[in-house]
Amino acid sequence: MNFTQSFRLAIKSLTTSKMRALLTMLGIIIGVGAVIVILSLGNGLTGMVQQQVDKLGINMIQAQFFGGTADRLPDPEDMYDMVEANADILTGVSPYLGVNAVVRHGSDKFDRTSLYGVSEIMYNAATGYTIDGEQLAKGRFISYMDVERRENICIIGAYLEEEAFDGDALGKQLSINGRPLTVVGVLKRNAELEMLPGSQDDQIYIPYTTALEIMGSRWVNLYIFTSTSGETADAGKRIIEAYLNDFFRTDDGMWDYFYITTMAEQANQINAMMGVAMGVLVAIAAISLLVGGIGIMNIMLVSVTERTREIGVRKSLGAKRRDIRSQFVIEAGTTSAIGGILGIGFGWMLAKGIGAVLGGMLSENMGGGVFDATPTMGAILLSFGVSVGIGILFGYLPANKAAKLNPIDALRYD
Amino acid sequence: MEHLIELKNIYKIYQMGSETVHALDGVDLTIDRGEFVAIVGSSGSGKSTAMNIIGCLDVPTSGTYHLGGVDVSTMDDDDQAEIRNKMLGFIFQQYNLIPKLSVLENVELPLLYAGVDSSERRERALNSLERVGLRDKGKNLPSQLSGGQQQRVSIARALAGDPSLILADEPTGALDSRTGREVLKFLKQLHQEGNTVVLITHDNSIAVKAERIVRLQDGKIIYDGDSRDPRAVVQPHDEEDGEVGA
Repeated sequence: MNFTQSFRLAIKSLTTSKMRALLTMLGIIIGVGAVIVILSLGNGLTGMVQQQVDKLGINMIQAQFFGGTADRLPDPEDMYDMVEANADILTGVSPYLGVNAVVRHGSDKFDRTSLYGVSEIMYNAATGYTIDGEQLAKGRFISYMDVERRENICIIGAYLEEEAFDGDALGKQLSINGRPLTVVGVLKRNAELEMLPGSQDDQIYIPYTTALEIMGSRWVNLYIFTSTSGETADAGKRIIEAYLNDFFRTDDGMWDYFYITTMAEQANQINAMMGVAMGVLVAIAAISLLVGGIGIMNIMLVSVTERTREIGVRKSLGAKRRDIRSQFVIEAGTTSAIGGILGIGFGWMLAKGIGAVLGGMLSENMGGGVFDATPTMGAILLSFGVSVGIGILFGYLPANKAAKLNPIDALRYD
Repeated sequence: MEHLIELKNIYKIYQMGSETVHALDGVDLTIDRGEFVAIVGSSGSGKSTAMNIIGCLDVPTSGTYHLGGVDVSTMDDDDQAEIRNKMLGFIFQQYNLIPKLSVLENVELPLLYAGVDSSERRERALNSLERVGLRDKGKNLPSQLSGGQQQRVSIARALAGDPSLILADEPTGALDSRTGREVLKFLKQLHQEGNTVVLITHDNSIAVKAERIVRLQDGKIIYDGDSRDPRAVVQPHDEEDGEVGA
């Protein structure tokens, strides 16, 4: 029958009993709200990962050596030679040793500080940036001679300078596993607001030769390369792979002898993992939508009983089964659609609120970046569509019950 | 000329527990266009069952019913709905207006189900309200009107679809005697304008307003004739107790 009249009737019955309408829609509101929050936060996180990748450089390639059955690993000179031989694609390489050690200054202990053993190639004096995107604030970077002589020097992050040296670190000493090191350079601050322990501002670069000594190991097992651009990162990866396969005399040494990954691949992995996590969360939120649907069905069954006489009158005036059915289906669909709209609004606001708090924290930890927890148009349309669909699905059973009522019984009903 | 209503050997049998109830027990009845007939009987006489079958709200157990020449005795739910929509106008004891709809929307309902477009629907519903003198009440809700006015709205609704037959089931039962008389006067006027009216009642004083009386008892017709005939109001086994029809 007439869609507009059914629609207006539905709105009318919703507005005449607001409390009941709200309770009916509550399940849908919560379900849709939760889905919107999850999708918005996921959207914000993906955006943040992308910003991080952009900042660190999408042209970065990491190579890690396991060695397999080989009795030796390539040394840094081999790596430098390879990069030089492929200068059209690869632009730089540095050892990148993650060091596990205790950093102390006087009686202060810094146990969240990241420590990296690198070479002088790490810093490009022409651009003023390190391969991993840092800039010098004062002093100098590691030199060739520092590496050769295993000098006890370090370049520290802005957080350490502030916390350990009250903003004046150059020439002063700190100790790593009891070994005294002199600060020769300080990195530029990354955080826009407060600097936090463990953040990008809480790190130290030392010559990789010094790092090897501290760790008591012989081989550098992690390198960081740069390619000319993000587009050539994959080509760079293939060059390194070919070289290493050749070096280890194997056809496919990936995973056994070495592992190479580009920044873009890492970002994709993070995004894929987040996608799975989001999927699980959305599935959980969907249970609430199911419960909401059952709530609508329940109220529609009550409504059909309450309006038995109305149904009888309509039938006596010539309403066919499908007229009655569509009236109640439209009513259920309208109820859940309004619930869906409220849920989208509610979820959006909640996502903004959580995003503001969470985004601030993440931004500190990851050294800047904007966290924008806004649902995509697709997420909004999908949520709206799903809520209308649920109303129609769960409204069908009560509507069919109404459609099949016998007009005589319905007319006599009190 | 073809009869408007033609009931032939109609039985309606219910099974109530172990008991078999013959609500209608071999009824033959013809009503022509333009007649004003009262179907009278006490509670349990079968008049409500007769009204349900004449009104296409129910089908007989056996027998045939032709309405306007069409056999409607074996129709399914939806086909009956269409017949009700096109040929019948109901007036109920309890008015049966839909409380959430305005007076105008209530009157529009049969036209809505007939698929009449909205501007024509409105026009015809307003004309119908005009006939019962309530054109200015279109925007009101039924609850804002008096009982007599509500019954007039339900008459307007019955007339809106231009039915072949107006079927009034105890139309004065819920009204005081003065407004009841007004409603009856109105039914009489409709008859004089050429409409066919069938009135179902338990009340002789109302039945005599019709031209012809059909008296039912125990599912059988025991009198069928002129309402001015003294036998029309005599009940052989008088059990009349003023009870409202079953």
